Amino acid sequence: METAPKPGRGVPPKKDKLQAKSKKRRRYWEEETDPTTAGASPGPTPNKKRNRQFRPQRPKNACIPKKSRISKKPQLPKKPREWKNPDPQRSLSGAQDPFPGPAPIPVEVAQKFCRIDKSKKLPHSKPKTRSRLEVAEAEEEETSVKAARSELLLAEEPGFLEGEDGEDTAKIRQADIVEAVDIASAAKHFDLNLRQFGPYRLNYSRTGRHLAFGGRRGHVAALDWVTKRLMCEINVMEAVRDIRFLHSEALLAVAQNRWLHIYDNQGIELHCIRRCDRVTRLEFLPFHFLLATASETGFLTYLDVSVGKIVAALNARAGRLDVMTQNPYNAVIHLGHSNGTVSLWSPAMKEPLAKILCHRGGVRAVTVDSTGTYMATSGLDHQLKIFDLRGTFEPLSARTLPQGAGHLSFSQRGLLVVGMGDVVNIWAGQGKASPPSLEKPYLTHRLSGHVHGLQFCPFEDVLGVGHSGGITSMLVPGAAEPNFDGLESNPYRSRKQRQEWEVKALLEKVPAELICLDPRALAEVDIISLEQQKKERIERLGYDPEAKAPFQPKPKQKGRSSTANLVKRKRKVMDKEHRDKVRQSLQEQQQHKQEKAKPMGTWPSALDRFVH
Amino acid sequence: MKVKMLSRNPDNYVRETKLDLQRVPRNYDPTLHPFEVPREYIRALNATKLERVFAKPFLASLDGHRDGVSCLAKHPKSLATVLSGACDGEVRIWNLTKRKCIRTIQAHEGFVRGICTRFCGISFFTVGDDKTVKQWKMDGPGYGEEEEPLHTILGKTVYTGIDHHWKEAIFATCGQQVDIWDEQRTNPICSMTWGFDSISSVKFNPIETFLLGSCASDRNIVLYDMRQATPLKKVILDMRTNTICWNPMEAFIFTAANEDYNLYTFDMRALDTPVMVHMDHVSAVLDVDYSPTGKEFVSASFDKSIRIFPVDKSRSREVYHTKRMQHVICVKWTSDCKYVMCGSDEMNIRLWKANASEKLGVLTSREKAAKDYNQKLKEKFHHHPHIKRIARHRHLPKSIYSQIQEQRIMREARRRKEVNRLKHSKPGSVSIVSEKKKHIVAVVK
Repeated sequence: METAPKPGRGVPPKKDKLQAKSKKRRRYWEEETDPTTAGASPGPTPNKKRNRQFRPQRPKNACIPKKSRISKKPQLPKKPREWKNPDPQRSLSGAQDPFPGPAPIPVEVAQKFCRIDKSKKLPHSKPKTRSRLEVAEAEEEETSVKAARSELLLAEEPGFLEGEDGEDTAKIRQADIVEAVDIASAAKHFDLNLRQFGPYRLNYSRTGRHLAFGGRRGHVAALDWVTKRLMCEINVMEAVRDIRFLHSEALLAVAQNRWLHIYDNQGIELHCIRRCDRVTRLEFLPFHFLLATASETGFLTYLDVSVGKIVAALNARAGRLDVMTQNPYNAVIHLGHSNGTVSLWSPAMKEPLAKILCHRGGVRAVTVDSTGTYMATSGLDHQLKIFDLRGTFEPLSARTLPQGAGHLSFSQRGLLVVGMGDVVNIWAGQGKASPPSLEKPYLTHRLSGHVHGLQFCPFEDVLGVGHSGGITSMLVPGAAEPNFDGLESNPYRSRKQRQEWEVKALLEKVPAELICLDPRALAEVDIISLEQQKKERIERLGYDPEAKAPFQPKPKQKGRSSTANLVKRKRKVMDKEHRDKVRQSLQEQQQHKQEKAKPMGTWPSALDRFVH
Repeated sequence: MKVKMLSRNPDNYVRETKLDLQRVPRNYDPTLHPFEVPREYIRALNATKLERVFAKPFLASLDGHRDGVSCLAKHPKSLATVLSGACDGEVRIWNLTKRKCIRTIQAHEGFVRGICTRFCGISFFTVGDDKTVKQWKMDGPGYGEEEEPLHTILGKTVYTGIDHHWKEAIFATCGQQVDIWDEQRTNPICSMTWGFDSISSVKFNPIETFLLGSCASDRNIVLYDMRQATPLKKVILDMRTNTICWNPMEAFIFTAANEDYNLYTFDMRALDTPVMVHMDHVSAVLDVDYSPTGKEFVSASFDKSIRIFPVDKSRSREVYHTKRMQHVICVKWTSDCKYVMCGSDEMNIRLWKANASEKLGVLTSREKAAKDYNQKLKEKFHHHPHIKRIARHRHLPKSIYSQIQEQRIMREARRRKEVNRLKHSKPGSVSIVSEKKKHIVAVVK
């Protein structure tokens, strides 16, 4: 490192200086103890002499008289060097910090925590507002750097699976992985043989600690899958279409043949919601406390589970709905339709926010990753496609699968699982923020029955698969986020902590009206209503209070303020303004022309941002 | 094959014994904290609502005076001590922690017009309708001694106000003229007049201690420099100014409480345009006092309410009133910046919190952290309409509320007329005068 001191030059004078310092502080009555210390440390007396020689060579002292002589230019490179290592020289023990100052932070890590788009220019505003904005931006940058620095403290590393040179990881069987990993991890792989009531749908709770599953023939059970402690097991004597935990593991929503039912963790039926009938799929939006249900009748219904009211019932007008997923980034519900489109819904709008034509033939499965960037769809045309959800919903990659995928799911770290018949394929990307590459699967596994439900367990490298033969818990190294946030969802939380979290979560329940494509829009300036207000104000007042006043020349003395002079000065300013205006409009025209000249074939893509 | 599974040791995440605190590992990755903005917005909304729920500003009412309270003074050294003068010539010294009167003096015959403490806090001065200036010891008389002033100065005319120099043994009185006195002498060092009207208040500048400001009944505010014998300059407003108060942090800024329901903050270097016109009162403003930070001031009005204004805002942030409080004559902001006192016509001195929802007493560190966090959130989202509406809402007595409505209609009508006149006259012949310039008649040097 450049800041590391060179032993040849830096160290010895520093030692001397230290001793010199201690010499300076010594009082007259300490003079007597000198001989004893002299025995311990070689040569204190010559040091005194040397001190005098060295003292003027101290960088500080040396620099001050020079300042006046040397011109400014050669001084400039000197200054930072002096500033960089004052601390190591001052340390008491004499040891030097080889890496002085705060640790450097890689740019991409700080980027992750950055919330302000630096590419956007600050608006042209009044100086006071502008300075406030600048201060806010600087603060934001500082916090992002601090947050990035705190990454060092994270305790766990993500898992991984690597084949030895050229070995295909997809060939590695579950049994091999189980054999290779530690006992605690091996215990996470298990099969539940439940042939009688199959096929099964399953759901993990938000902390990843609990598992609920429901079989087509009415079998509903919930368990703490880590300790394998059964919480409840009932038979609802009716077909179970889907099952979902509500905000905590204490409540369970089950879409049964007729109505939607809610059970507690002992299997006691708490509610039967008759306004949601013939429900096929369930999604729970944890921050809004909304249970979204898609029904055979074609309605998408939002039920507020904290107050028990139906917030919105939207008619999708697309026949039976049985493909649904939520975007965890913005709580928008994605519905797959039989005409190959995926529609995006929010409870605040009667119409879909967007419709994306994804497949030729019906959509069989949809899923969105945890950052809300990528959407994976599969259709009856046996295609598996990955879409970019930022801006222009363009397909990034596509692949034809031999059977076509019936079930899809993303893991926390961006692994994509595909269930086809009785085979499960897992696709991985380069890193967390990249889409899964559809070249070669990461892992494959064959099950004892046809897949009916899939979910990665949050915060554990485990994939739960519900199929016609029961439940399989697979090991998928590298699937889950290794470091959880204790205040958000803590797998190890106690009952008391859960209760406290529940109260806090309810207090900050986000209203359903705030669901939109960009959840950060709330923190941005509402320019449209601002302009509207300005216009109304001008209309009300009869004039524009913020308009620039026409130039009034200042009166000057000594006869220079004659009328002709004033008019001349006024004319001068007016002409300049006029010229500026013309120049600006010309520039704008030219820009407009250039934009038009661009070839029409190139659509703006979300990936354009990486080009520059 | 190389494989590593995510395998946590529960011992690292669960507390060892029941006596320990729960372990809460944090990860600040934004993807683990979705809906950051909407959740913060909801938190800000909740914090704003709680602020209004906890807004209970009234602390105490100090009763004992047998006539309306005409003036108040702070003790410069002791936060707990307050002095007040009443319309029957009685001066009382109060202890705020005990909320009790600790001393009563029959100081004057007729009104006590003004009261001020010496900068050292050992003595205080009063002026009254009996044409006297009296200096009193802050400590009460010993056992068996009589209550007597240290000095008494008999003047020729009635004194209407008094203020003490911030550093030296000099004080100023006002009446027919502004007199500057040495404490040791019985005659003024100098007397300054400009015009022939009675001067209602005089104030020393706390920073540039030679400067004085006074306001007279002929609608003007006059500035003096003690070092020269003549006044500096004056500004004439539309209506009479009752009191002025200097900003304790910015030497050249002062605020004037005017009869036309407004307060004007002036920069003394440019008196032709006030820095800000503060309008919310619906009756004459009688007194004004700055907070020690110089960021806000409190004003007392004839409309039976007191209001707190930020210096750079034209609208008040807070209004205090009670059913029993009558016309408020005088108001003071305490030196610890936490409380506001007002003395009113119905013989009571009331103590209010300067920040209505503040929790008094010692805060734990968690409380403090929560308070700071909420404050920041409120600041961040205070422009959102829903939050703004809740934060701004104040209950007002019917009389004030209806008067506000009435004045709004009147102002609207006046503006409409102005706009019509502008619209139907030759362009350039009618110009719009801004609210700031409207009330200034002239500046004389």
